[in-house]
Amino acid sequence: MHELPQNLANGLFLGAMYGLIAVGYTMVYGIIQLINFAHGEIFMTGAFGALAVYSKLGANVSIWLALPLMIVGGVATATLVAVLAERFAYRPLRNAPRLAPLITAIGLSIFLQQLVWGFPGNKSARVFPQLPGGPFHLGSVVFQSADIFVVVAAVLSTLFLAYFVRSTRTGRAMQATAQDPDTAKLMGIDTDKVIVIAFAIGAVFAAIAGISSGLRYGQIEYNMGFLNGLFAFTAAVLGGIGNIYGAMLGGLVLGLAQTLSAAYIQYIPGMSQFGSQDWSGVWAFVILILVLMFRPQGLLGERVADRA
Amino acid sequence: MRNRSLLMLTAIAAAGTLTLSACGSRAASGASGSSSASSATTVTIGVDAPLTGPLSALGLGIRNSVDLAIKTANKTNEVPGITFKIEATDDKASPQQGQQNATTLVADSNVVGVVGPLNSGVAVSMQKIFDEANLVEVSPANTNPSLTQGPSWGTGTKVRQFKSYFRTATTDAIQGPFAAQFVYTTLAKKKVFLVDNKLTYGVGLVATFKDEFTKLGGTVAGQDHVTSGASDYSSTVTAIKASGADVVYFGGEYPDGAPLAKQLKAAGYNGPVVGGDGMKDDTFIKLAGTASEGDYATSVGAPVESLDSAKTYIANYKAGGYTDPYAAYGGYSYDSAWSIIEAVKAVAAANNGKLPANPRQAIETAMAQVSFSGVTGQVSFDQYGDATNKQLTVYGVKSGQWATIKTGTFSG
Repeated sequence: MHELPQNLANGLFLGAMYGLIAVGYTMVYGIIQLINFAHGEIFMTGAFGALAVYSKLGANVSIWLALPLMIVGGVATATLVAVLAERFAYRPLRNAPRLAPLITAIGLSIFLQQLVWGFPGNKSARVFPQLPGGPFHLGSVVFQSADIFVVVAAVLSTLFLAYFVRSTRTGRAMQATAQDPDTAKLMGIDTDKVIVIAFAIGAVFAAIAGISSGLRYGQIEYNMGFLNGLFAFTAAVLGGIGNIYGAMLGGLVLGLAQTLSAAYIQYIPGMSQFGSQDWSGVWAFVILILVLMFRPQGLLGERVADRA
Repeated sequence: MRNRSLLMLTAIAAAGTLTLSACGSRAASGASGSSSASSATTVTIGVDAPLTGPLSALGLGIRNSVDLAIKTANKTNEVPGITFKIEATDDKASPQQGQQNATTLVADSNVVGVVGPLNSGVAVSMQKIFDEANLVEVSPANTNPSLTQGPSWGTGTKVRQFKSYFRTATTDAIQGPFAAQFVYTTLAKKKVFLVDNKLTYGVGLVATFKDEFTKLGGTVAGQDHVTSGASDYSSTVTAIKASGADVVYFGGEYPDGAPLAKQLKAAGYNGPVVGGDGMKDDTFIKLAGTASEGDYATSVGAPVESLDSAKTYIANYKAGGYTDPYAAYGGYSYDSAWSIIEAVKAVAAANNGKLPANPRQAIETAMAQVSFSGVTGQVSFDQYGDATNKQLTVYGVKSGQWATIKTGTFSG
């Protein structure tokens, strides 16, 4: 058990990344009850957008100068894709039965993956630039510059989102739309605009997560959004879908569950078969099922009886 | 609650659909080949390889080398009274196309033997067709052991699959043991941590490595399995560091190997990562960056540049004016074609200098006795149809490039 601090830290870094992606699922679901399965691909396009900016800058630009520009590029790409997706894939189906936009989301996900795959050089993984510095030691815990980046980004983003939703006019309009879109519209709220903003905020968070992923693992790939998107969606459900703090909490719980199960399940007598990294996804879903059995609304979700 | 179950259902459905979509498609078109013109003294050697698409560099090297072997045999009048010609078919690395090509080659009664294919997966679809026609097939590149020794080769039950299938390529079955000897003896590392990516190739490598390594006296400090494509290996890295292993053996391909190597070095681990030919790719170095420095990978075969026996071949290939390089399998392709020529020669010699009306059966029998000094060394086949000359090479990452560390033959 002496590796516990390191495993906790690993889980925290992974969880922060899941949380950032999960915010996008939860915001869109909270407002229009759509599970945006293309959100994993928004995450991926964010990473590729950042890489495109970096390639344009050339290798001799300092990474500290390049990083802010990469963030801007990644965020702009992901937001553009998300807003276009909302406008052309989801809005025409706003009043269609709920399964229709869901299938559209899956189709969009495939489309975006193949679109990125089709670019020259994207057939196999691309190298992502690295942050210099590190590894840092804190007691027995070793971590990298990119790990600090993801934690700081997650904290700042959550604080910003909390302020935005609670204290700005648009944020309050968003809350109103989530509670009752029809009444909100009657009160003069431009619900279409609110929905676009929800997609855009989700995309900003996903792009930051995508850049974190690139910085941490040093490579990005056209299909990187699939597994990460699925786990982030799980995190959103775990935390209570529709609740932005729940998404962050769910991400952290999921990240910790995966890392700790990979590290320790194998030491439980008779369970050595079910440990190691390849089973961590299974344990993540076991936790999801357990939580949903006892708290069907998720960890921080509110019981919403009025939604079908 | 209706909502919740819909949520779960769609999650499952979406997961399934997206998994399907995760496989890229491969587009390729065009075919090459020449039609046959029959003559009493001209026989055809077929070639099946991917001549278009992403693997065409390897496939064209195979075709050109067979072409060179045939031209050489015709020039030196290797088999008196018999002229050879080539018929090259493009399998586009697709098992379906390979099977169609096999049928076409079998139907042409002038074809006395076929060199190819490149991919083990394509070979599976062709073997039976050739076997039924007793048409000899010699692959310069297939490394999957089960093609010759059957699916249970790992547990020691070796059964020859098809009597018409031969190969000059060395199989994966000895990559693991060869790596184990290299790690234990040359690197002098005695404590290994094993990691595989749960795919057939990687699991096989790790199992054979483990057997040989423990037999030599090494200890296994731990073992882990990673999910291919999962990119976060932090728990594996932590386990490796805690285990005190001084070397990591990775069974898998470079897309998983590179992040593992990178994350290991980033976490402060100093031992080398050793892998198989799936890791020996320039992309591995590109992705892992400086973290790949000092890592090793084994690969079957030997680079022909390092062999004395290949000097004439390389000179002739250059003189031949081929626009594409001979690539990784050129030397083995030349030897594959030459083994067919040798078998034809033996059959003709036993039949008063002429080939019988249908020589395929006789050539198949003659293959077992073929033995000559080829480009890659002495060429002959064992009772399974595998090359007896089992060459392997260890490569290491030095200043950002794969450098040849050691070439050797494996026996055992």
